[in-house]
Amino acid sequence: MDKWITKKAFINLLKNHQSIMVGGFMTCGTPETLIDWVLESEVKDLTIICNDAGYPDQGVGKLIKARRVKKLIASHIGLNPYAGSQMSEDALDVTLVPQGTLAEQIRAHGAGLGGILTPTGRHTIVEEGKHVIRHNDQDYLLETAIGADLALIQIEACDRLGNAVYSKTARNFNPIMASAANTVVALTNHQRDSIDPECVVTPHIFIDYIVKEDTHGS
Amino acid sequence: MDPKEIIARRVAKELSDGDLVNLGIGLPTLVANFIDPKIDVYLQSENGLIGLGPIPEKGQEDKNLTNAGGQYVTLKQGGMYFDSATSFGIIRGGHVNVTVLGALEVDSEGSLASWIIPKKLVPGMGGAMDLVVGAKKVIVATTHTNKGNPKIKTQCSLPLTAYKEVDLIVTELAVIEVKEDGLHLIERHPDTTIEEIINQTDAPLKYTNVKPMEVKS
Repeated sequence: MDKWITKKAFINLLKNHQSIMVGGFMTCGTPETLIDWVLESEVKDLTIICNDAGYPDQGVGKLIKARRVKKLIASHIGLNPYAGSQMSEDALDVTLVPQGTLAEQIRAHGAGLGGILTPTGRHTIVEEGKHVIRHNDQDYLLETAIGADLALIQIEACDRLGNAVYSKTARNFNPIMASAANTVVALTNHQRDSIDPECVVTPHIFIDYIVKEDTHGS
Repeated sequence: MDPKEIIARRVAKELSDGDLVNLGIGLPTLVANFIDPKIDVYLQSENGLIGLGPIPEKGQEDKNLTNAGGQYVTLKQGGMYFDSATSFGIIRGGHVNVTVLGALEVDSEGSLASWIIPKKLVPGMGGAMDLVVGAKKVIVATTHTNKGNPKIKTQCSLPLTAYKEVDLIVTELAVIEVKEDGLHLIERHPDTTIEEIINQTDAPLKYTNVKPMEVKS
């Protein structure tokens, strides 16, 4: 099975109104080339799920600045003024989620769970409208699982099948997002003949398509 | 001495050999500079590492190695990387001994407001809510006032980061412990008086034996 695709095949995966998870933490570990290709495509009204709103000219920030995003689910938007201003003018629907909750909501979806119980956010505005469940004399918020149509992740290297390893803190949300979307596209810096089976972080079965970083052909 | 350095030096004395510690962005990050070199303290960064080392020399930066503030960092020997779910499992699971973070407001019940000023500043909570709920000990490291306006209040007026989770407040003037019955002034900076501290605090302070704050290395 050949998972290695080019720019043209990647753009064919994109649609208006899609929900897209994007790996990265303040754009460290964000697959910038794939974001650039989403920008080059005509798609709009996207729902983006990402740790943060990136910077105006980096990461998902580029999509927000270009007004291609309708809804953003993130833990932090402070480094991209376009996110704040579009939120104020009701052009962008922003849901702010505690970072650990977001990570676990994504992991839960990938693991077939409907949600998780977390103490984070109790007695704060995060609690508004949510079920509080008592267990072992402690209150927890029920936070439901989050999946997506598409996940765009950055990996450091993989073998032909897509067994993946990451680089340092560029790992962050990438492995969990790889488990939680209907279609997962990985941007890799290197293809290797083999990856030590003891060191594989994301098993190949999670990755549907792979783009090699220097593939600029059509 | 710069107020931030006074705070950072005093917070560093709270850390013990073997502690896993998360330092927030800004002032709390400075604490790393004053940790006793004779003890092993493991610094976590919630974007996915334990074993945070110093800022790299110019030209040695690695774009794939940053802290939770997006700054380029290094990894100490024995350090390692992990994904965000593992990172917050470590945090929420009670495996972090101490978290140090800043405040917009902190109150006499130990509630903290640090992530939003409605309609003015809405950056988001990032990992702060998980850290404050999950860490065994929560230290707020902050200047005593914001340009003269007290940050330590009877009750926070801004939306909370967490409710009743703060254990210790360290400012450039005072060290204040949060207990069931309110705030206890336990140390004061040698250059200030108890009265001056009370005047700059918008919450009742209990005190009996107030020690001088240790601010030397």
